[in-house]
Amino acid sequence: MAFVRAPSPFLLVLVLALSISAAITATTTVPQPISDHHRSAALNLFAPSHGSFPSLQDAYEALRVFEILGIEEKHRVSTDTCKVVLENLSSLSSSLKDLFYALKVNGILKCKVNGEVFEGIASRLNASISDASPLPDLYYSIGGLVLIKDQDSNVDVLLADATGTFQSIKAQSQSDGKWRYSSDKTESSAYAAGLAFEALAGVISLASSEIDQSKVNTVKHDILKLFGSIEKNDDGSFYFDGETVGGHEHQDSLSTTSSVVRGVTAFAAAVSGEINLPGDKTLGLAKFLLGIGVPGDAKDFFNQVESLAFLESKRQVPIQVNLLFKFVLQQYFFSFCFLFFSANVTLDLSWCRVTIPLILSLPETVYSLTTKGQLKVRVSTALGSAAPPLVVKLVRAFSSGAKDSSIIESKELQYDKRSGLHVLDGFTNNVDVGTYVFVFEIVLHDSHSKQVYATGGQIHMPIYVTGIIAVSNAEIGVLGDLGSVQTKKALDLAGNDVVSFSANHLQKLRFSFQLATPHGHVFKPHQAILKFRHEIKVEHVFVIGNVGKKFEITLDFLGLVEKLFYLSGKYDIELTVGDAAMENSFIRLLGHVKLDLPEAPEKAAQPPAPPVDPYSRYGPKTEITHLFRTPEKRPPQNLSITFLGLILLPFLGFLIGLLRLGVNLKNFPSSTVPAAFALLFQLSIAAVLLLYVLFWLKLDLFTTLKTLGFLGAFLMFSGHRILSYLASTSTKLKSA
Amino acid sequence: MARSTSKDAQDLFRALWSAYSATPTNLKIIDLYVMYAVFTALIQVVYMAMVGSFPFNSFLSGVLSCVGTAVLAVCLRIQVNKENKEFKDLAPERAFADFVLCNLVLHLVIMNFLVG
Repeated sequence: MAFVRAPSPFLLVLVLALSISAAITATTTVPQPISDHHRSAALNLFAPSHGSFPSLQDAYEALRVFEILGIEEKHRVSTDTCKVVLENLSSLSSSLKDLFYALKVNGILKCKVNGEVFEGIASRLNASISDASPLPDLYYSIGGLVLIKDQDSNVDVLLADATGTFQSIKAQSQSDGKWRYSSDKTESSAYAAGLAFEALAGVISLASSEIDQSKVNTVKHDILKLFGSIEKNDDGSFYFDGETVGGHEHQDSLSTTSSVVRGVTAFAAAVSGEINLPGDKTLGLAKFLLGIGVPGDAKDFFNQVESLAFLESKRQVPIQVNLLFKFVLQQYFFSFCFLFFSANVTLDLSWCRVTIPLILSLPETVYSLTTKGQLKVRVSTALGSAAPPLVVKLVRAFSSGAKDSSIIESKELQYDKRSGLHVLDGFTNNVDVGTYVFVFEIVLHDSHSKQVYATGGQIHMPIYVTGIIAVSNAEIGVLGDLGSVQTKKALDLAGNDVVSFSANHLQKLRFSFQLATPHGHVFKPHQAILKFRHEIKVEHVFVIGNVGKKFEITLDFLGLVEKLFYLSGKYDIELTVGDAAMENSFIRLLGHVKLDLPEAPEKAAQPPAPPVDPYSRYGPKTEITHLFRTPEKRPPQNLSITFLGLILLPFLGFLIGLLRLGVNLKNFPSSTVPAAFALLFQLSIAAVLLLYVLFWLKLDLFTTLKTLGFLGAFLMFSGHRILSYLASTSTKLKSA
Repeated sequence: MARSTSKDAQDLFRALWSAYSATPTNLKIIDLYVMYAVFTALIQVVYMAMVGSFPFNSFLSGVLSCVGTAVLAVCLRIQVNKENKEFKDLAPERAFADFVLCNLVLHLVIMNFLVG
């Protein structure tokens, strides 16, 4: 039963405490709320392959994301997914996890499920709840029963022994607010704590009789203890660290944080009374979640979006008329949630179970003095939905270099209904080019909103103001010894004219110009550089210093002779002035100077080689003439010809000798057949010799041997015939 | 004394010459052939001595072909010589056939060496 107490003056103190707690100085920048980038990323990440999802858990995550972001995608996949859901719900072999996710999907898609199916599942789930079950099983069973209760009110899902179940879950809590997965494990984790809070919330809502309030309060203590171990980043975001528990998969910081958020918001929704989470923690959690940007992983995306949705949730609960006035006063310190009643029966329980964080973001942070725009600020919830009526105040603005002096103080921004932005006109009149920090504060209109929303106190935002810098009074000249001006020319840096000088190493070159911001103040750009480039592409860079608005550089060539590598000749002078805040940064060729420098001494450094054109290595290379071996010295042609003639002399002598000896062909056979053979014999010898000559000139050994085989056979045959004939004739002669 | 020496040399030479004239014609032909081969070899050696032995292969081929054919001719002369009792039963045609065959083989080898 709920308590009914009369309001007391203590309430005023509470309101004061409320406003103090709300005005926490958070000196941080806040990331952008959920936008259309998220929506289009969601469509890509969660697109089902071939119309169906890999598992029920993936289907649930996709559908829940679409539901939160308001994307109308579900009808395309609903028939196939509903089929899978119905299969899972009717099957007796589905695991607890499958049943849980099937019921979750059914809650979004509202497939037509029989009441009997629900009853069967409810009895199964009820039976699986026991004191010895590990935490995940209890979570799925109790969660399933709560979902059935929401989807079919006819089914009896109330827990038989709610207090016992509550006790058994509570028994696994540890002193630091974390939870163990089951009684036989020693390690505890915040992720398990999130599961436990959600399960306990389910138990409370499924209890047939109300759970003892003291037990609920101890759980609230546990939540506060758990939040005591929250991690903090420098930019004011809060999160729960990732952890690995033996036997379970590693949970990173996002999944741990989202599990805790899910659990705490579910528990806060189920109980009467409040959880006193300070507003900076919820704002910090929202900052952490938004700081991830657009996650690339589907699970991370789901965790981020669902946690942000839970941080924003308000619930409308119809309650009975006799509980009209219900003020719950807290025994604890920082309570800023109390109940309102409205005229109709449904009570708007827009108490902040946890405060809804409001995000202040700037659509653009760079403003130009030339276009003179308005300062635009957007305030919305983390999911991008509209904020309650509020006023944005610019507390102060200061230059990032001079933190103590404020340029603008205490301005209120006007709300533009058409664009939904808070704007400030004419701020560019007060600010000059540079980087600034603007400090904003959100002031909610009514005190009711102040309990519901967390604004985060003073918010510091960097603003960049750019403008056109006036460049004027440019002068370049050559000075002699003792500073006497020998030549001087004025330059119009906006134009294109160049100057030409000549100078020797005894003279100096002086160049000066002035820079001023649009409001006429001193401007020191990031780059003010003078570059000297020689004909052979050797470059030298000099930085131009300034005194107030005047920038001046004096180059004493006597001292620079070594730096210039003693290179005389024509140098190009180039001026570079640039800065991020300067809209008219430029590089300009100023002119040429013909320098006459003394000769380099022997030990002077050589100028660096000109840079090689990097594309030249793709061009053709130099020809290579390769000499394999120096050819041997051959004798002169004439000598060789002479000896050729000499070689033939013995042959001639041979022939002459033959003639002198009186050789004759008297023994040549006269009858036809032997004569033919004799001729063939001579011819075949001649053929073999010809073959040898061809072998020398052209042929290879194998061809030669083949041919020689044929010719040799022929030769042998004919030779044998003729010689045997001759032999027989001579024996006949001898015997005769 | 010197005069007698040179007269003795001349007499010796004349005696040798007259004795040589008695040899049969075919043997003289073979001797002529041998002289021809040897002279060719000598000229090649002189050439090599003048210009160096760079393509040594060719020098060897040339010289060895001359020397080889001279050797074969000498063998032929031995076999054909009627006064040689050892080869009485061997027909000169057969010896000539061997001579031709061996020369062809020799020149094949020489050619291969020259080319390779």
